[in-house]
Amino acid sequence: MSESITIRKGLDINLRGKAEKVFIKADTTGKYAVKPVDFPGLTPKLAVEEGSEVKAGSVLFYDKANTEIKFTSPVSGKVFEIVRGDRRKLLEVIIESDGKNESEQFLQADPSSSDRATVVSNLLNSGLWPAIKQRPYNIIANPALSPKSVFISGFDSAPLGVDFDFIMQDHLKEFQAGIDALAKLTDGKVHLGINGKYPPNPAFANVKNVQVNRFIGKHPAGNVGTHIHYIDPVNKGEIVWTTDPQSVVTIGRLFITGKYDASKTIALAGSEVLRPRYYKVISGCSIEPLIKENVTDKPLRCISGNVLTGTRIAPDGYLGFYDSMFTVIPEGNKHEFMGWLAPGFSKFSASRLFFSWLNPKREYIVDTNVKGGRRALMITGSFEKVFPFDILPMQLLKAIIIEDIDLMEKLGIYEVAEEDFALCEFIDTSKTDIQAIVRKGLDLMAKEMN
Amino acid sequence: MKGLRNYLDKIKPNFEKGGKLEKFHSLFDAVETLLYVPDKVTTSGSHIRDAIDMKRTMIIVVMAMVPALLFGIWNAGNFHFQSLGILQEKTFWQVFGYGLLKVLPIIIVSYVTGLTIEIIFAQIRHHDVPEGFFVTGMLIPLVMPVDVPLWMVSVSTVFAVIIGVEVFGGAGMNILNPALTARAFLFFAYPSEMSGDKVWVAGLKGGEGIVDGFSGETIMGYAAGGKLEQMPYSVSDMFFGFIPGSIGETSTLAILIGAIILIYTGVGSWKIIASVFAGGAIMGLLLNLFAVNEYMALPFWQHLIIGGFAFGAVFMATDPVSAAQTEKGKWIYGFLIGFLAILIRVLNPAYPEGVMLAILLMNVFAPLIDHYVVEANIKKRLKRLKTLKA
Repeated sequence: MSESITIRKGLDINLRGKAEKVFIKADTTGKYAVKPVDFPGLTPKLAVEEGSEVKAGSVLFYDKANTEIKFTSPVSGKVFEIVRGDRRKLLEVIIESDGKNESEQFLQADPSSSDRATVVSNLLNSGLWPAIKQRPYNIIANPALSPKSVFISGFDSAPLGVDFDFIMQDHLKEFQAGIDALAKLTDGKVHLGINGKYPPNPAFANVKNVQVNRFIGKHPAGNVGTHIHYIDPVNKGEIVWTTDPQSVVTIGRLFITGKYDASKTIALAGSEVLRPRYYKVISGCSIEPLIKENVTDKPLRCISGNVLTGTRIAPDGYLGFYDSMFTVIPEGNKHEFMGWLAPGFSKFSASRLFFSWLNPKREYIVDTNVKGGRRALMITGSFEKVFPFDILPMQLLKAIIIEDIDLMEKLGIYEVAEEDFALCEFIDTSKTDIQAIVRKGLDLMAKEMN
Repeated sequence: MKGLRNYLDKIKPNFEKGGKLEKFHSLFDAVETLLYVPDKVTTSGSHIRDAIDMKRTMIIVVMAMVPALLFGIWNAGNFHFQSLGILQEKTFWQVFGYGLLKVLPIIIVSYVTGLTIEIIFAQIRHHDVPEGFFVTGMLIPLVMPVDVPLWMVSVSTVFAVIIGVEVFGGAGMNILNPALTARAFLFFAYPSEMSGDKVWVAGLKGGEGIVDGFSGETIMGYAAGGKLEQMPYSVSDMFFGFIPGSIGETSTLAILIGAIILIYTGVGSWKIIASVFAGGAIMGLLLNLFAVNEYMALPFWQHLIIGGFAFGAVFMATDPVSAAQTEKGKWIYGFLIGFLAILIRVLNPAYPEGVMLAILLMNVFAPLIDHYVVEANIKKRLKRLKTLKA
């Protein structure tokens, strides 16, 4: 039943600073954070205060709209600080780890012989539920509903993306348990999309109870949205859930041990990292110890996630809930003389407007400069080259801008998430913030339909 | 270079809000961003961005027009001296120099007029100055007859920029191709300066010292007058451009070089260019099949290398703002332009050349074409839902 699909549209951005395949075990003391802003549409309700003692799995805050959905501490220790922004918006709950990593006790059970309600409540109680997102709207899944299928992307095709084959190789047992748990959540199938270019790692090759689909192509071939579109597209009224391989492992561990163990492997990558490598950390860790004496002394942009979709963080910021990497690239806050006229041998462009097309194998250092002024959406036909969906990207975008709910629905907004438009935003000549527009459209739809 | 940057930073506050030169903010901003790419960094979404921007895109289009421009300049001198019968006595540089004296003022008038208006509107609207006029300002001279009075260039540019673009909300919002709007305005407002057999060669209207038997008639003129057999031009003259016509339109070879630049860089849609030529060829073939006069019997491929056909296909039809915006729509849009251009050219005696009108007409219909392409996409999605439920 497994399908093999070749994606013909897309773009690989070859950046310098790919993480070397070496594991480093990071120190587990220090500070950790859970950030409500990682979850679009969430209104958090705090359950702790500064100084509260917590264990791994202790509730930090709830979803105000559905108090069953809990967000828990990844480590044991003390609530160090509760950071609020404008209008007292909750930004971060920071926990200082005591290094013991004690966990609350949750249900220990074999998921394949448990019923759906048991699996759901165990995920909700442990704070692992938010790891499952839903399409449409790309928000945390609603536990009361049943999706038509569950999708997991087994590879990251984004620039400098992590190699899940490397990360997952030793995790077959936990991965299988996690898959068994997910299979309980849907009446349909669980789909795992893997990179068709290489033979799969042992965990992906031997896993059962899942349909493995192979995808070959440029980025966004590894985006879960692309997989859904080609295998089981979301129509009006349908729901698909998504998650990532490391969350599946964490879910598996929860059922095997009854403990919330949020450890994961992340990559530290980017042109400004002196020794880009993989680190074994705990979810929500700080970037600070990893980049200490490990980055250049230029002005830097630290990102939780990849360069296309990640979140900007401070040099002592924290890993986002869904992220598997930190990226560090140079800031671009400098003027370039006649930059638009220069031949541009070292400038990355998807077009052939710069002479860098002469050297397709080059690894680029790209900074955060916008590289031009904001203009009207004049150029047509360029998004279509990097957008592999059978959806008209420019027309959908314009429907969102004019807030035409009906048209957005007709043009396929239920299928997309912000990240699916990241490449469009990257190549856009008019320098429009497209992902923000798509997020606005999704929020608008979610509000309108409920 | 540091000195220049420091100087700009020093005078910049004067142009900001509340500064004494606030009224010239847009002008300052245009000059500053021409000299330096702004230091603005990404704040949301993708942290890195492609090096492409509107300035780079537009300058590539201008570069693609340079071969046609250079040939046009030389050709202006070529025909002027031919009409006087003294071409043999002149060197290449004298011929080119004469052409430059005729063409350069048109270019300058076009740019100065257009950019002035653009900067004024940008200032009023608190926008950046858009780069679209980089291209329009060069297209306008290239579609003018060489003897066009400068004030007409200026008036038509004013009309094109204000009525063609700004009333719709500025660059990117316009319905018609601005350069063709300028040309159509002149064509209908001052027909005697835009058509006939006297306007295509510099100095012909004065009529002094013209050698006997010299005609400044274009091929279109010969054909419309039913005098094709008297036409002194060979097929290679047509292809290389040794024929009278608007400044930039004569050399199909020079235009093809431009087309290669546009297509290779990805700035111009190859789908539009190819389908315009396909549409023109098919209409030409149809006319050949039912030929009842000499013009209809003109071999179909010759239509593609005479008049403004190639220029329109490569530089006018590909304007992304006024063309169809969907990829499938571009095929239909281009095809109909080529098809209608030859139809108007051959069968309508009032308009010796049909390319301009065909493109303007299809500019108007482009949103309709897109509408049906979008509807087809919507229907496909609905059908997917229905088969699922069935």
